[in-house]
Amino acid sequence: MTAPSQNLTTPSGGPPAGPAGEAAARDAVAAPVLSVAGLRITDRAGDREIVHGVSFELTPGKAVGIVGESGSGKTLTCRAALGILPPHFEVSGGSVRIAGTDISTLTPQQWTALRGGTISAVFQDPASYLNPSIRVGAQIAEVVRVKTGLKRRPARQHALDLLRAVHLRDPQLVYGQYPYELSGGMLQRVLIAAAVAAGPRVLIADEATTALDVTVQAEILDLLSDLRDQDGLALVVVSHDLAVVAQVCDEVLVMRQGEVVEHGPTGRVLHQPRHEYTRLLVTEHEQYGLDRFRASRESKERP
Amino acid sequence: MTTAHHNAAAGAAPGPAAPDRPEPQGGTAPQGGPDPRERLAGRDRPGTEGATAVSPVLDIAGLEVHYGLRRRRRKALHGITLSVARGEAVGVVGETGSGKSTLARAVLGLVRASAGSIVVAGEEVTGYREGKWRRLRRRGVVQYVFQDPLRSLDPDLAIGESLAEPLLLRGVPRAEAVGRIRPLLARVRLPEDLLGRLPGEVSGGQRQRVAVARALVTEPELVILDEPVSALDSANRVQVLEILKELRGTGVAVVLISHDLGSVAGIADRVAVLYRGELVEVGTARDVIERPRHPYTRLLVSSAPTLHTAPADRSERAALRAALDG
Repeated sequence: MTAPSQNLTTPSGGPPAGPAGEAAARDAVAAPVLSVAGLRITDRAGDREIVHGVSFELTPGKAVGIVGESGSGKTLTCRAALGILPPHFEVSGGSVRIAGTDISTLTPQQWTALRGGTISAVFQDPASYLNPSIRVGAQIAEVVRVKTGLKRRPARQHALDLLRAVHLRDPQLVYGQYPYELSGGMLQRVLIAAAVAAGPRVLIADEATTALDVTVQAEILDLLSDLRDQDGLALVVVSHDLAVVAQVCDEVLVMRQGEVVEHGPTGRVLHQPRHEYTRLLVTEHEQYGLDRFRASRESKERP
Repeated sequence: MTTAHHNAAAGAAPGPAAPDRPEPQGGTAPQGGPDPRERLAGRDRPGTEGATAVSPVLDIAGLEVHYGLRRRRRKALHGITLSVARGEAVGVVGETGSGKSTLARAVLGLVRASAGSIVVAGEEVTGYREGKWRRLRRRGVVQYVFQDPLRSLDPDLAIGESLAEPLLLRGVPRAEAVGRIRPLLARVRLPEDLLGRLPGEVSGGQRQRVAVARALVTEPELVILDEPVSALDSANRVQVLEILKELRGTGVAVVLISHDLGSVAGIADRVAVLYRGELVEVGTARDVIERPRHPYTRLLVSSAPTLHTAPADRSERAALRAALDG
């Protein structure tokens, strides 16, 4: 696979990167692009607090992983950061700041500008996020036109560049295809292309590779790491697969019943877990996954 | 038992009982050397001295399945030879479209084999017509568990009713049926108060265990599960796998179908790798994972991250992919 040559997150018609732009970029490296502090989420229907205080900070080019059982609040935390909590649910404490802006102050218009442009997401089932009766290329081009203000023709060109950048073999062909004509792995690439079309600084990947073949998952993870390295994209990776988090993330949060039971550098948390629940997750993984065999192989290889 | 083609296959295999695995071959269709399928058949059938007196619960030989007609006819499965013994768990892994589910459907009589034979619990089922299949399925010797139990359980039927239904259909009195499903519930570690609830009212992990319980109602000899743990979180995954382990311990043959080698590695005695409709590798889980031979298996293993190892370098994976496509 060849690395994409163009910078993904700068559309061809974007602002020129002068000295002032570079200085701004340097400042941005230090400042977190996503900062979640003591976030609490309550279900108003049952008047029950579901997420009890989640905190983490994400700087450009970094990746944070969230692991935990079903219903532990991983996805709700992500949805709060995207401003798309389900009905009845609301942020009842703490704060989320995206590129320095507190999201509680945002108007719907400001949210629209922020989503896609600054923070974006891909979820587990790619087929359900595309319109089945519109060719996939047109759907990406639409995102580009709306989000970057490019005209039709350059938007099409940028959409093609994006399809190439996510390593789709024949971007021209895929551009003109309908969602049903593409495999799950290809659809997830299309979704990632659409998610990064407007050059977001944060991408939330919520179980984005869970349903894919392992060989395809490896390629999607390569793609995400390219986006980090080349464009400084920051990632939030939600997965029930500890191995995916171990591979991709700098730090990891372990959630259980709405609570963060452990938070730290990935290597430390997964190799020397302190909390009982993290230890259980690691043990289960080692006992029933590939680690059972491959970990022993690795220790044999080590002197 | 049909033996003719097995003997032929075993005869062509170099030392079927030899403990050492033959050297890896370059591609899917090696020139020269013996056909890999015949080798597999040989390894699958550990010679006469290792053969048990009991016939396998599932015995597939030279199975071919085609979809479509005439010019649109496509091969879905080609030359599949695999047997599963009593109390054995076999994992069938492969990518989307590799034929995993077609294999399961052929064993259940949901798709017709165009050649080869399938023997289920000593019964040669290959030429069966629909009526005979229906009778076999009603006996419940083979059971199938789908990936998404919401789709296989009637959403409007209380879980207790869904569990009792197969027994009631066979004329078991209601009181006896209810008596028989209670211990089953314990076996899949579900509380009894679940019986009155609807499938939509319980968690995904509980639902999958209900689906397993329902498969066990008819006391099957073979249970085929399609991606049983793919959608489950760690704790539920472990619970379902533990239940399957116990099941294997009671002499039931278990076939686990998955796209994820990692989700079958924990309990499968043997792993069979399907690639583009062909069984390219069969071996113990440890052999297949630690010493994969076929390029696809190598790609599969090298793509999977673990807690301690990253996937292989992408140029290495690209080379394997190229070897497969070339």
